[in-house]
Amino acid sequence: MTRVRAIFWRVVALAILSAGAYSTWVRFTQGLGASTNLSDEYPWGLWIGFDILCGVGLAAGGFAITSAVYILHLEKLRPLVRPTVLTAFLGYLLVICGLLFDLGRPWNIWRAVVWWNPRSVMFEVAWCVMLYTTVLALEFSPVLFERLRWERALKVVKIIVVPLVGLGFILSTLHQSSLGSLYLILPTKLHPLWYSPLLPVLFWISAVAAGLAMVIFESGMSARAFGRALEFHLLQGVAKVMVLFLGLFLMVRLFDLGARGVLGTAFTGSYEMAMFWVETALLAVPMVLAAFRKIRANPQALFACSVMAVGGFLVNRLNVAVTGLEASAGGRYVPSWMEVSITLSLVVVGLAAFRYAAQYLPVFHSLKSEEVKEELPTQVYAQP
Amino acid sequence: MRALLFDTTRCVGCGSCMVACRESNGLPETDAPDLTENQFTVLKTVPGNDGDVTYRRLCMHCQDPTCASVCPVGALKKTPNGPVVYEPEICLGCRYCIQACPFGVPRYEWSSLAPRVRKCTFCADRLAAGKINACAEACPTGATQAGEREELLKEARARLAAEPEKYVQKIYGEHDAGGTSVLMLSSVPFTQLGLPDNLPAEPLPLLTFRVLSKIPTLAGAGSCVLAGLWWLTNRKAEVAKAEGRAPRKGERR
Ligand code: SF4
Ligand code: SF4
Repeated sequence: MTRVRAIFWRVVALAILSAGAYSTWVRFTQGLGASTNLSDEYPWGLWIGFDILCGVGLAAGGFAITSAVYILHLEKLRPLVRPTVLTAFLGYLLVICGLLFDLGRPWNIWRAVVWWNPRSVMFEVAWCVMLYTTVLALEFSPVLFERLRWERALKVVKIIVVPLVGLGFILSTLHQSSLGSLYLILPTKLHPLWYSPLLPVLFWISAVAAGLAMVIFESGMSARAFGRALEFHLLQGVAKVMVLFLGLFLMVRLFDLGARGVLGTAFTGSYEMAMFWVETALLAVPMVLAAFRKIRANPQALFACSVMAVGGFLVNRLNVAVTGLEASAGGRYVPSWMEVSITLSLVVVGLAAFRYAAQYLPVFHSLKSEEVKEELPTQVYAQP
Repeated sequence: MRALLFDTTRCVGCGSCMVACRESNGLPETDAPDLTENQFTVLKTVPGNDGDVTYRRLCMHCQDPTCASVCPVGALKKTPNGPVVYEPEICLGCRYCIQACPFGVPRYEWSSLAPRVRKCTFCADRLAAGKINACAEACPTGATQAGEREELLKEARARLAAEPEKYVQKIYGEHDAGGTSVLMLSSVPFTQLGLPDNLPAEPLPLLTFRVLSKIPTLAGAGSCVLAGLWWLTNRKAEVAKAEGRAPRKGERR
């Protein structure tokens, strides 16, 4: 049974990757027009809305968990550090890959380092993402160094890890919120349900919530896929903080809509209204459910909560990036199958990379270097 | 600073400006009904009080252009004498400029492998050579007029005062989005000309600049708070250790 399932998923992955390969070829030999449904009305589509906005947000677990452990000394969360840092690192690498597809002149990407426009939010995001990816690489490096027994390098990273984590926190806060600030320049274009001067704040809060939901989600997935997961009581703790941030997000959102006097638009029967409620429900339901100890204590239920919260986050970002702009742009934007296949391919590559890293590197547990053997101990952790 | 003044009441819809623009910029012929990557200005008509009203679409050459402020590499720039110009060599193709322009002006070469952002150049090269904009030079009725911005504003105000019944009492572009170098007078409401009436009088770039300018403070204060928290939680664990009791749940061992 499990064999059949494994083969099934492998076939699916292969199908996605072949479609993605074809689309990549079209993208780079015939251009954006031939491969995407982007237009002068919809200059940004799925790749910005999903690959960039969602990719970066879902990786927010990285800075949240490392800060909790290294800055707040919440030692018991230490087992979460490596898997979340790995997710974040892979996430950011994929974001950069996605960007190379989306940019019309990707060979000019390095110019953002040399040609400065500090008035541009995009410029700030570019710098933060660049620096934070470096920080993540360094934060993840001990895993590699342990495997390679590079004692000296390990020691160096150990010395700088606290300031490094602090820097990671600041860079993340800046660019997670700045992804929201990108849309501050569209006061007349973005629908009032989403345009708000608080966009940067809302983006930051929801990213933390989604990043934590991802920690739970991933642990559940790894348990299913290769029997490795995190201790369940830790995930319950993470869930509590997730509930807190989901609640904070919904509160600020409600307050903001009220203060701007557009709460009424949430009941107008429009397409935007429907999408607004999908988003809000997907974030509110897991918040309410996971607030109960009984539900948190049930692995299946907690997993479902994390799925909903991640889903709600995705809908929120796509609402800002697509839904909220449709009324002013006119018409609808639906991504082409090629855009979708490239996005899915990036997801598949990310999952596969995580799987192999978790299998061959000491990700779910740290090794003392003497213990490194060819076969890592196949410790089975508590199944969520 | 140079500017253009367009007046719908004087436009006869002959299309001379479009032809002049095409020739001056070496663009191919097209009958597209709107701006495209190869059409930097276009004439359109809307029904007016007595007969159709013809108006022009083109880049407004904002005083503090949104497109230039959002460009991460500064490929778009406002030049001191008016034109907002674009340099394809350093452009990344992020298309933030297209997304951000409040007038929906810039177009993209979607089918190209080295796509450029395309829009009216305000004839920057002609201006540099001491000539006036090609469209204004070609206009037989003076509907499109080139001049110094202050002069043209004065002229526009005089027209509004001389024939108040003919015009909507507003010079579009005097203050909208912080002001533009293309000014418009119209006999029908400006929204019918596709010009938004809800733009703030302050430049849009201020919306993001206000947030961006907080970053140094935020980063500084953030670092201090983080360092403080680190010290505090570290100290708590050390005290616990010195007192010889086991650290409480969540404390450092
Ligand atoms: S109208 Fe649009 S493209 Fe032209 S200068 Fe203003 S913001 Fe830039
Ligand atoms: S597409 Fe080019 S010109 Fe426009 S904002 Fe991006 S880098 Fe600047």
